Amino acid sequence: MTARRIIPCLDVKDGRVVKGVRFHGHTDMGDAAELAARYRDQGADELVFYDITASPEGRTLDYGWVRDIARLLDIPFSVAGGIRSVDQAARCLDHGADKVSINSPALERPELIGEMAQRLGGQCVVVGVDSKRAGDDWFVHQYTGDPEASRGAGRRTLDWIVEAQTLGAGEIVLNCMDEDGVRRGYDIPQLAAARACLTVPLVASGGAGAPVHFLDVFEQADVSGALAASVFHTGTLAIPDLKAFLSDAGQEIRL
Amino acid sequence: MSEVAILAYGAGNVASVQFALERLGATVRLTADPAAVADAERLILPGVGAAGYAMSRLRDLSLIEPIRAFPRPLLGVCLGQQLLFETSDEGGSVDLLGLIPGQVRPLTPGRGLPVPHMGWSRLSRLRDDPLLDGVEDGAWAYFVHGFVCPDGPATLARADYGGPVPAVVRAGNRWGCQFHPERSAAAGARILNNFLELPA
Repeated sequence: MTARRIIPCLDVKDGRVVKGVRFHGHTDMGDAAELAARYRDQGADELVFYDITASPEGRTLDYGWVRDIARLLDIPFSVAGGIRSVDQAARCLDHGADKVSINSPALERPELIGEMAQRLGGQCVVVGVDSKRAGDDWFVHQYTGDPEASRGAGRRTLDWIVEAQTLGAGEIVLNCMDEDGVRRGYDIPQLAAARACLTVPLVASGGAGAPVHFLDVFEQADVSGALAASVFHTGTLAIPDLKAFLSDAGQEIRL
Repeated sequence: MSEVAILAYGAGNVASVQFALERLGATVRLTADPAAVADAERLILPGVGAAGYAMSRLRDLSLIEPIRAFPRPLLGVCLGQQLLFETSDEGGSVDLLGLIPGQVRPLTPGRGLPVPHMGWSRLSRLRDDPLLDGVEDGAWAYFVHGFVCPDGPATLARADYGGPVPAVVRAGNRWGCQFHPERSAAAGARILNNFLELPA
């Protein structure tokens, strides 16, 4: 079996970690490398770095910075932000990233997922999906790093994640935008519906505010990992305390 | 301090292994030169992606014989462990290095467990070995794989993922880790350090 993964997510803008509420109004949360080292020492199972402005600005991320993070960490990490070719993804891995996550570029050109999986192996290809409720269904959004550019992608979320898996994605990170940054819990119905569609690992994102939210999403949506940002960056939740709580509640957790 | 060569053959995530060894104070050399490989004090065979592509890269670079003949400590990591075996079902049937008997097969854990096996699993130790010195039974290691090596006499430690997953294997001077020691926190660092201290 595998331990349920606790994954701090660092949204990075110009080398600083930022966090907004529902993707708006970013505030500075500290230096990216400093936070990465702190989470490593606190027992984070994996880290995710999103260069949140890269995709809307049409540029890719800074490989030197990926290498600096790789030198620091003895736990896995993935990077995302403006990766739109196999060569760019390969360069991220060459500089020490374990996985690359693609979001808007995969929506623009879904074949990118297959090309990356074929050359790099599906296990390092993560497809990130930003999803929003509309009526009693969920739909994909893109360019969400920039409130001006953010818009619907015209796809049903559950259709898109299955397509991404079929094309070769090794993991799906489903970010439920309605819950993002508001700390009232993960979107259990959406995540459970997504889990039921997939055979690859699913990571929950958006909505964590209290330890019980993690327990709920592991118990009720059976996700492999739970990603959170602001609760960790602000010190609202300490990773060792969260992991002790989950372990005491019967979850398999790496302590 | 130990010197170690990492095979940089275009089918492996060499930087993270390199950085982990450098954190332990080793002198690391990345190479795909057959003569440099043959002369290395110790050798790491990394690998991600598909077995067929990795083997074709090793063949194109004339590295298969130097690896097979390598007489000092050799460590295969992740796909690098799988390459030590005879054949793989990945992408049809692929001939591997043939240093350990058996066939690499798709992972089919059942019980609704996701594939690939991605995340932290516990190691259960079967036998003592210098590579596992100081690694506790039940230590956590980080795995990412969709194919699994055959369980047999070479297995030193297993993980459980809907069935036995050979996590550490050994045949003579060749060792393998299915997980990523460079991303397995304290236990992984201990294993890499043990590898650097094996008599060469």
